[in-house]
Amino acid sequence: MAIDAATVRKVARLARIAEPEERIEALAQELNGIMTWIEQLAEVDTDGVEPLTSVVHSGLPLRDDVVTMGGDADVVTGNAPKSVDGFFVVPKVVE
Amino acid sequence: MSALTSLTLKGALDGLDAGDFSSVELTKAHIEAVEAARGLNAFLFETPEQALSMAAASDARRSLGAARPLDGVPLGIKDLFCTEGTPTTAASKILEPFVPHYESTVTSQLWRDGAVMLGKLNLDEFAMGSSNETSAYGPVVNPWRRSGSNQALTPGGSSGGSAAAVAADLCLGATATDTGGSIRQPAAFTGTVGIKPTYGRCSRWGTVAFASSLDQAGPIAKTVEDAAILLKSMSGHDPKDSTSLDVPVPDFAAFVGKSVKGLRIGVPKEYRVDGMPAEIEKLWQDGIAWLKDAGCEIVEISLPHTKYALPAYYIVAPAEASSNLARYDGMRYGLRAEGGNLTEVYENTRAAGFGDEVKRRILIGTYVLSAGYYDAYYLKALKVRRRIAEDFDNAWEKVDAILTPTAPSAAFGLGENSNDPIAMYLNDVFTVTTNLAGLPGLSLPAGLDANGLPLGLQIIGKPLDEGTVFSVAGAIEKAAGFKAKADKWW
Repeated sequence: MAIDAATVRKVARLARIAEPEERIEALAQELNGIMTWIEQLAEVDTDGVEPLTSVVHSGLPLRDDVVTMGGDADVVTGNAPKSVDGFFVVPKVVE
Repeated sequence: MSALTSLTLKGALDGLDAGDFSSVELTKAHIEAVEAARGLNAFLFETPEQALSMAAASDARRSLGAARPLDGVPLGIKDLFCTEGTPTTAASKILEPFVPHYESTVTSQLWRDGAVMLGKLNLDEFAMGSSNETSAYGPVVNPWRRSGSNQALTPGGSSGGSAAAVAADLCLGATATDTGGSIRQPAAFTGTVGIKPTYGRCSRWGTVAFASSLDQAGPIAKTVEDAAILLKSMSGHDPKDSTSLDVPVPDFAAFVGKSVKGLRIGVPKEYRVDGMPAEIEKLWQDGIAWLKDAGCEIVEISLPHTKYALPAYYIVAPAEASSNLARYDGMRYGLRAEGGNLTEVYENTRAAGFGDEVKRRILIGTYVLSAGYYDAYYLKALKVRRRIAEDFDNAWEKVDAILTPTAPSAAFGLGENSNDPIAMYLNDVFTVTTNLAGLPGLSLPAGLDANGLPLGLQIIGKPLDEGTVFSVAGAIEKAAGFKAKADKWW
């Protein structure tokens, strides 16, 4: 499965990373090199094998649905590029 | 005060107990060592004032007879662990400036036990790298050099700052993290001891995420015993991490020095790779001979899917990273770049904030998770991951622990591998399998190559059986008698 320039543009868009047009060809080659190396996985017989998503054998723990922390808007927004009165300030989203 | 910085962590605790010196004296000696070693670029942030105040509090506790397990020992913290009030960058421009309002669980437990923080240690950006060259703040330089050469070598990665700081006697131990080998390969490249415990031993809460099903914290230290002491403090159940294991934490140090007589040690034939230096093969044979002498039974085993571990990892880890790193959107913390609309703000922020290797992995991860490729790549990799875990399950029917080399080479020159991603990825060929299977793996120094550089051996254990790993490592440490240190040039 060759990765071409159009695929790189699409994936970069999905990942929300601006890639300058002059980088696209080089990236396609780089990613192709890596994916070609990864293709060797096709040699492994995985018929009937369950995907391994977690090495932790116990199930996810549950806890009571109660508030454990909160009321710290100033702390939460303390590292924001822009904030006012405990609110995040973001670029205009709706025209 | 070089005598104080050349102590082991255990030696320092004994000296503090005996009243030979105070934590303030011990901490001052290390602060001076850190300041004198800036050429190594190991520390991103030094916190000498905080260190001295923590040391004074420790001395006060000790004088009241209330000393805790790590009371007064100065440590370095990989800059992937959130530290309240001290910047945390993951060596990325995208987290600049980020000052956490909370403490990671692992570091909070170290401070609970009395340890002193010297500062934050350099790493590969978001822990993605094997040479420290992806750090946005420049690479750490290995304290070790080839004999007769001034060439700057890599300390390995991603925990290169942790490994270099311990090797250069800048701290008595350091925290590190390991997603594919990031504790063990730098330990091997710097003549230090590093252990990645069983997945779930150490809480991931408050540690910047790379690939959550693989990430695990652990210590880098000067000796096997020191690593065991540190791991005990770092381990334990944490309700804030749903994958944290609710199991008792053994006294790991009690396993160091225990007899290994009768233990069955597996030697996997698939870990002999093309192009591996003869010296590493010889070191492996030395390790086998030492364990035989100590009464172990050596068993040849097969882990047939070993060669597929790295390609599977380079699907699973980037897929998880592309999801984890989606949070860096320029809205709630870190860098924000300008743009004509919201999407452009996201795209420009992430283009400006992430380095090339991080971008490469996010793109791969996004690609293998995208519509039409998910089954062919991501699901396939998860199935191969189970095959790799099954290889180990089969091995545990025959052996109690496994002995391998840690890395396929000694430390290489900065810049030597940075143009070829796959060549760089191959550094983790012997370490990545244990991340995929969730098993504990420890690297310890066992010898020097012809250039005078340290080489490491790795011991892999059963799930939650770090105890046996420490016993075997203790036996090799004793037999190898590795005492070499880097000649001080910095």
